[in-house]
Amino acid sequence: MTSPSGGRGAVLPARFQAWFRNRGWTPHAYQLAMFDAPERAALLIAPTGGGKTLAGFLPSLVALADTPEDSKPALHTLYISPLRALAVDVRRNLETPVAEMGLHIRVEARTGDTPASRRARQREKPPHILMTTPESLALLLSYEDSDRLFGSLSTVIVDEVHSLAGTKRGDLLSLGLARLRALAPNGRRIGLSATVARPAELAAWLSPTAEAKDVRTIEGGNRRPAEISILVPEARIPWAGHMALYAMPEVYQAIKKGGTTLVFVNTRAQAELVFQELWDLNEDGLAIALHHGSLAVEQRRKVEAAMAKGVLKAVVCTSSLDLGIDWGAVDLVIQVGAPKGATRLVQRIGRSNHRPDLPSRAILVPGNRFEFLECQAAIEAVAAKELDGTPPHPGGLDILAQHLLGRACAGPFDADDFYREVTRAGPYRELPRRDFDEVLSFVESGGYALRAYDRFKRLRRLEDGRYAVSSPAELRRYRMNVGTIVDAPMVRVKLKRGATLGEIEEYFVQGLTAGDTFVFAGRMLQYEGMRETTAIVTPGKGEEPKVPAYMGGRLPLTTELATRVRGLLARPDAWKRLSPEVAEWLRIQRWRSVMPPRDGLLVETFPRGRKHFLVAYCFEGRNAHQTLGMLLTKRMERAGLKPLGFVATDYVLAVWSLRPARDMQALFDQDMLGDDLEDWLADSSMLKRTFRTVAVIAGLIERRHPGEEKTRRQVTFGSDLIYDVLRKHEPDHLLLRATRQDAARGLTDVRRLADMLTRVQGRIVHRDLDRISPLAVPVLLEIGRESVHGAAVDELFVEAAEELIEEAMGEAAIQGALL
Amino acid sequence: MLAGATLVADHSGALWWPGERVLAVADLHFEKGSAYAAKGTALLPPYDTRATIDRLEDAIRRRAPRHVICMGDSFHDGAAASRLSNGDRARLSTLARGRDWLWLAGNHDPAPPSGLGGRVMAETRIGPLVFRHQASADTLPAGEVSGHFHPKAVLSVRGRSIGGRCFAADARRLVLPAFGSYAGGLNVLDPAIARLFAAKFRVHVLARERVHTLASSRLLPP
Repeated sequence: MTSPSGGRGAVLPARFQAWFRNRGWTPHAYQLAMFDAPERAALLIAPTGGGKTLAGFLPSLVALADTPEDSKPALHTLYISPLRALAVDVRRNLETPVAEMGLHIRVEARTGDTPASRRARQREKPPHILMTTPESLALLLSYEDSDRLFGSLSTVIVDEVHSLAGTKRGDLLSLGLARLRALAPNGRRIGLSATVARPAELAAWLSPTAEAKDVRTIEGGNRRPAEISILVPEARIPWAGHMALYAMPEVYQAIKKGGTTLVFVNTRAQAELVFQELWDLNEDGLAIALHHGSLAVEQRRKVEAAMAKGVLKAVVCTSSLDLGIDWGAVDLVIQVGAPKGATRLVQRIGRSNHRPDLPSRAILVPGNRFEFLECQAAIEAVAAKELDGTPPHPGGLDILAQHLLGRACAGPFDADDFYREVTRAGPYRELPRRDFDEVLSFVESGGYALRAYDRFKRLRRLEDGRYAVSSPAELRRYRMNVGTIVDAPMVRVKLKRGATLGEIEEYFVQGLTAGDTFVFAGRMLQYEGMRETTAIVTPGKGEEPKVPAYMGGRLPLTTELATRVRGLLARPDAWKRLSPEVAEWLRIQRWRSVMPPRDGLLVETFPRGRKHFLVAYCFEGRNAHQTLGMLLTKRMERAGLKPLGFVATDYVLAVWSLRPARDMQALFDQDMLGDDLEDWLADSSMLKRTFRTVAVIAGLIERRHPGEEKTRRQVTFGSDLIYDVLRKHEPDHLLLRATRQDAARGLTDVRRLADMLTRVQGRIVHRDLDRISPLAVPVLLEIGRESVHGAAVDELFVEAAEELIEEAMGEAAIQGALL
Repeated sequence: MLAGATLVADHSGALWWPGERVLAVADLHFEKGSAYAAKGTALLPPYDTRATIDRLEDAIRRRAPRHVICMGDSFHDGAAASRLSNGDRARLSTLARGRDWLWLAGNHDPAPPSGLGGRVMAETRIGPLVFRHQASADTLPAGEVSGHFHPKAVLSVRGRSIGGRCFAADARRLVLPAFGSYAGGLNVLDPAIARLFAAKFRVHVLARERVHTLASSRLLPP
C-alpha cells in the first residue's frame, strides 16, 4: 500500500489504476483476488485496516463505473455491518474514492437512526449502494415490495462476519441472506472477517448453499508476528482480584512513552476503575478518555471523533471498541486483565496497526497470579497461531420464528419452498422438518398441545395452501419487535440538576438504596433515588464505592486457552518464562501438594477453621464452575456432608462443608448431569432470564420500548409467570427447548461441564492435605467478595428473610406465617 | 391477628382462618391467557387457568375449609367463563361442591357467572371480618380483608434486589396477594397500596415453600 504501482492491478480499469497511483498505493493482491473468484461467494480474512473494506467494494465500484447511467440497476450492492456507527462510517469512507474518481454512484446508509422520510424515499428510489445492519435488513425484507427492491441486487457484502457468525444476530442475518438469494438468485456474496480459528466454518456460514466448498476463501495482509509482553510490576502480583489496579503506575508510564494507546479491559466496571486510577496518576495531563457501552451515545461519539482526529493519548475501553471503526493511528494495545481467549487477543492486538511495516505491539497486564499464567498461555497460543472460538451451533428456533413471521409479512408463502430456503442458511442446514413445522405452528397459534387458540390464529391458510398473516396488526407487531438483542432493561443515570451520564442495568439500580455510592462514567456517584425511569445521582464522596461493580460482560476462559494453562502448569521447565514470583508460587505448590495434571483433574481437600474445603482445579470457566458448584453441593447435601457454600472462578471451584468429602470418584461422577441438573436448571433464575430473551425474540411477548415504559401504577406481568406455567404444563414446548439449548452453552455452560466430566473419569487425583495449598489461596480469597450470582439468589432470600425475621416481627414462620 | 381473628398466610397466597375454617383467595384472573389471545395481543401458554386451579385445589386439600371465598377478579373478563375448558369447569364445580363457595364481584367481573356452583355476592361479613374485592377508602372499624392490588414486596440484600408476591397488613386491614398464575404484581410501597395502611405495616412475602414476615420499612420503593 506504500510503494508506487507496478504492473499489478491490470484487472482494474484505467480510472481505478490512476486513483491508486495518485494516492501512492498499490492494490493488494487480495484486493485484486476479489475479482477472479469464480464462486458465488468470497470470504476475505485480513486484519483490520489495510484496505479490507475497500477490497469488498472494489468489484461493485468497477461494475457500476462501467455501466452507463441509464442502464444502472436500482439497488446494486447491499453492505451489512454489525454496528450502526460502522455502516455510517463506511459510507463516509467510500465517498472519497467515488468522488475522487468522479463515479456517478449513489451511496446511502439506512439504520434505526435514519429519518423516516429518507427511509421512505430509499424504498421508492433506492441508492446503488446501501449500507445497513442485520435488523434493518430484516425490516426491509418484511415489506411487500421487498422483491422489487432486492430483485436487482448483484452483491451483498457482510462486514465483520466473525463477530456475527455463531450469534443470534448471525442466525437472523443468515436467514435474511437466504431470503435475499431467493429474491436475487444471481447475487454474489462477499464476507469480510478478522482472523479466526476455523475459516471453513465461517465459509459455511457465509455460503449460499451452506457448504464451505462453494466459497472462495482469500487470506490477506499477513503481518509480522505481534510483539506481546507481560507487564511485570514493581508491586507484588496479587493473589486474587481482576482489576489490576496495582499495575497502573507502570501502565501510565507505558501510555506516556508509547504513541496512541488503546487500553482494553474486560468489563465496564473495570473500565471505570482503571480510568479513575489513571486519571489520579495523570500528572502530565495526558488526554486519556473512557469508552464503554453504557455511556451516553453523544459521549461515545465525542471520544470516537477525538480518537479519529488523533488528539487522544489513550482510550480505556471495553469490547465497545473491539469492532469496526478503523482508528488507523493506534501504536500500542494494553490488555488489562486476562485475555480469556487467543482469538480475542489477536483481534484486539490487531487494532495496533499504525505502521504496516512494523509488528503490532501489545502489553498484557494480568490481574492476579492465575491471570499471569493465562497471559503466558495466550502469548504462546498466538505465537503458535493456535486460535480458539466456539464451534458453530444450530441456529436458534426463536430466531426462526421471528424470521418466519417476517416472511409472512412480506406476502404469502409455501411451507415446502420456505423450508428449502431456510435450510440453505448455514446455521439451519440440518434443521429437521419437524422443528420447522413446530416453529410454523408456534407462529400460527402458539404451538400448544392444547389447541386452545385455533380461533385466534395469526397466520391463515389461503386456498392454495400458502400461509399469510391474518391481520395487518401482525405487520406492526413484527416491525416493533424485530431483532435479537434483548437487553436487560436499562435506566438512565442523570446528575441532579445536570447531565445524563449514560445507562445502567435496571437490576443494579434496584439493589441500591438512597445514599449508596458507586462508580460510573468515570466518577464516584451517590444514588439519590428514581425519578420516573431515571436514576438521580449526585457526586459521591469517599475513596471506595459502597456498592462494588455491576456484573456483565465477563467472558469465560476458552477451552483452548484453559488447556494451554493446564499444560503450562504441568511443565516445570516452562516456568522460567514466568515472573520469579509466579514461578516460586508454583514450586511451593509442587512441594506442598501436586500440580494439576494436563488431562486429569486435581482435587485438594483440607480443613480450615472448623470447615472442610474442597478445591477442584477444573479450568473450565466460571459459568461451568458455577453449575458444577450447584450440583456438587446438592450431592454433598444428600451425602450428609453439610455443604455451606461455594465460590467459582475461571480456573477453580471451591466448596466448603462441615464434614469432609472423601470419595471423589463418586462425587464427580457424570450421573450428576441427570436428574440433579434437570431439577436445578428448571428452577434456576438463569434459565428464566434466558427464557425471557427467547420469548421476546420468538414474539411471544413484546419487547419494552424506551419512552413507553409502563406507568408505575400498572401491574407488571413478567415472563417468569409464563415460564412457570409452561414448564409445568408443556415442558417440551418449542420455546423451552430453545431456552435449554441457549442455556447449555451460555450461562450454565453445561456442555463444557459434560465434556470435562467425561474427560476426567478415572483420572481424578485427590490430595488430602492438612492445610491450604498455594494454588488454593486465590479462590479462598474470592470468598465473600464475589457478588452473588444467578441461582444463589433463591438461597439469599431465605438468608435475608431469616436474618430479618427477628428484626421485624419475631413471629413464627412455619408453613404459613401467623398474621 | 386482625380484629381478634387469628389468621394464617398460606404459602400458596391464600388466607386461612382456622377459627371459622375459611379459605380466601384474591384475583384468580381465570382465562387471562385466552383473553390476550382473543385481543390478538399474545398467544401465551393456555394453561394459566389449569395452573391456578391446581394450586387452589392443593390449598383446599391441605386446609379442608368449610367456606371458600374468591374475592373478586376471579374471571379476567366478562367472557372468561365461556372460554373455560370443560375440564377446568368440571374441576371447579367439584371443588365448590360440599362447601360454602362465594364468588365476590370484582372490577374485572362485576357479575361473576352463576353456573359454576357457589353463590355470588358483592361482599360478605363473617364474625369480626368483612371480605370485599377492593379496600374501602374510608376509615373503617378494624377487620377488612381485600384483594385487587396484587401487592408484591421488593427488598435489597447484599446489593441484589429480590422479591415476591405478598400479603400486606396493619392492625386494621389486610390485602391479599393475587392468586392467579398470570396475575402480575404492584410494589406494595406504591402509594396506591401504601396509603391504605398505617405508616408502619407488615408484609408476608411468599417464597418457594414458606412465607417470610418483614417490616415495610425494610422494603424498596418502586
